[in-house]
Amino acid sequence: MTAEAAIRVQGLQKSFKDLHVLKGVDFDVARGSIFALLGSNGAGKTTVVKILSTLLKADAGTASVHGFDVAARPGDVRESISLTGQFAAVDEVLSGRENLVLVARLRHLKNPGAIADDLLARFSLSEAGGRKASTYSGGMRRRLDIAMSLIGNPPIIFLDEPTTGLDPQARIEVWQTVKSLADAGTTVLLTTQYLDEAEQLADRIAILHKGTIIQNGSLAELKQLLPAAKVEYVEKQPTLEEVFLTLVGDDGTNDADDDRDRGPVPAGKESR
Amino acid sequence: MTTHVLGDTGVLTGRSLRHILRSPDTIITTAVTPIALMLLFVYVLGGAINTGSDESYVNYMLPGILLITIASGIAYTAYRLFLDLQGGIFERFQSMPIARSSVLWAHVLTSLVANLLSVAIVIGVALIMGFRTGASVAAWLAVAGILILFTLALTWLAVIAGLSAKTVDGASAFSYPLIFLPFISSAFVPTDTMPGPVAWFAENQPVTSIVDTIRALFAQEPVGGDIWIALAWCVGILVISYGFAIAIYRRKMN
Repeated sequence: MTAEAAIRVQGLQKSFKDLHVLKGVDFDVARGSIFALLGSNGAGKTTVVKILSTLLKADAGTASVHGFDVAARPGDVRESISLTGQFAAVDEVLSGRENLVLVARLRHLKNPGAIADDLLARFSLSEAGGRKASTYSGGMRRRLDIAMSLIGNPPIIFLDEPTTGLDPQARIEVWQTVKSLADAGTTVLLTTQYLDEAEQLADRIAILHKGTIIQNGSLAELKQLLPAAKVEYVEKQPTLEEVFLTLVGDDGTNDADDDRDRGPVPAGKESR
Repeated sequence: MTTHVLGDTGVLTGRSLRHILRSPDTIITTAVTPIALMLLFVYVLGGAINTGSDESYVNYMLPGILLITIASGIAYTAYRLFLDLQGGIFERFQSMPIARSSVLWAHVLTSLVANLLSVAIVIGVALIMGFRTGASVAAWLAVAGILILFTLALTWLAVIAGLSAKTVDGASAFSYPLIFLPFISSAFVPTDTMPGPVAWFAENQPVTSIVDTIRALFAQEPVGGDIWIALAWCVGILVISYGFAIAIYRRKMN
């Protein structure tokens, strides 16, 4: 099983009434790699993720996750994955710690309290752990969301547009978290509409357009296809971001916002 | 997976009970309207109402008030379920290795606890207002059993509303007709004072048989055939709305 791909998708089709969202999607994701599904809004990225995480059933085609067919063995698939959906899936009424304990209990793990404290520390949320999640900033909420997904150390993690709506600092924190996950051997499938995100993170990038994968390869391979357009876009974008981060980053660290009170793991480039 | 149904339901029920604990206003708002109605009917209108019995008016109308309490309380279940669906938390639960039905059962059990608390508050106020009963422990248990069955039946109806609503308002609006149903029943006035078609409706809708049963239990009178009609209504609504709720839930997952 180890030699097999972590995720294998073949001929996947899905329609919602008259809308043919997926028209035969094929791709493989290698174990321990970061795979980006790139596409504009409405391209069907979320539909693919929902089928792979057993929230939706495909009309045709097969998909297997961690060696288990999603249609035939959804229970085994759920044991092997974690989903971080498009909207931060945290319970707003509960505190950050209670959210983590809840997921640890639902995963039937021992010592849910210790697991929660450990993750709060890893994601620099220890201080905010006792506060209601509704008081968290967007970046903190996303960190908590991802921390909840790591409970039980699932071998495969789906991140559906993990940085949509986040400010640049929070975005970099999420990127660093994703990278450290992959370094630890977790397979990550992420969807994004941001080209630079795919460029920063992914070992392989597949472009989903109008219901099919129109390109699938490493960044270098994709760049060879359309060098001019790619380079122009990618080079312009980071410049403004760099300016912003330089301006905000240096004196911004003392902000009252807990969001910026970061610890060892998802640290930005500035030190505390 | 089924081995965890109870444990998972317990954990998730704990979660939604915490929601109630942190916003106890939902229990209080549920109790406020019935209490206001009770004050209005007992101290303003009640004096002019001839119930044809020797019972004090508060004794007469309390059963109907309890049903109104439950009918308004279950709207919060639809509301909470709708919010879970709107946020991503529902999908997170669905993608985890937990028993899927436990997500719904947790909301249903929470509804039961919350409604029983509201009902207890309303009964407490009724006692202050002069409600008295010599009902035996067995009669009280029978009343509790009917109220629990009624709550479960309406809660599964609320689950349907919560699962299929498109807006927050839609999720709770379905309960308004249920809140008004007791007014066209024997809850506040005897049905024989109503004009023919209205009386026919009042006598043959679920609330009247349930109200009459609870009233008889409190008054230590024989419940007669009413209790069976009442139970049939409750179980019937429960089974049908449970069936629909589960069907909608399954379809939503595909």
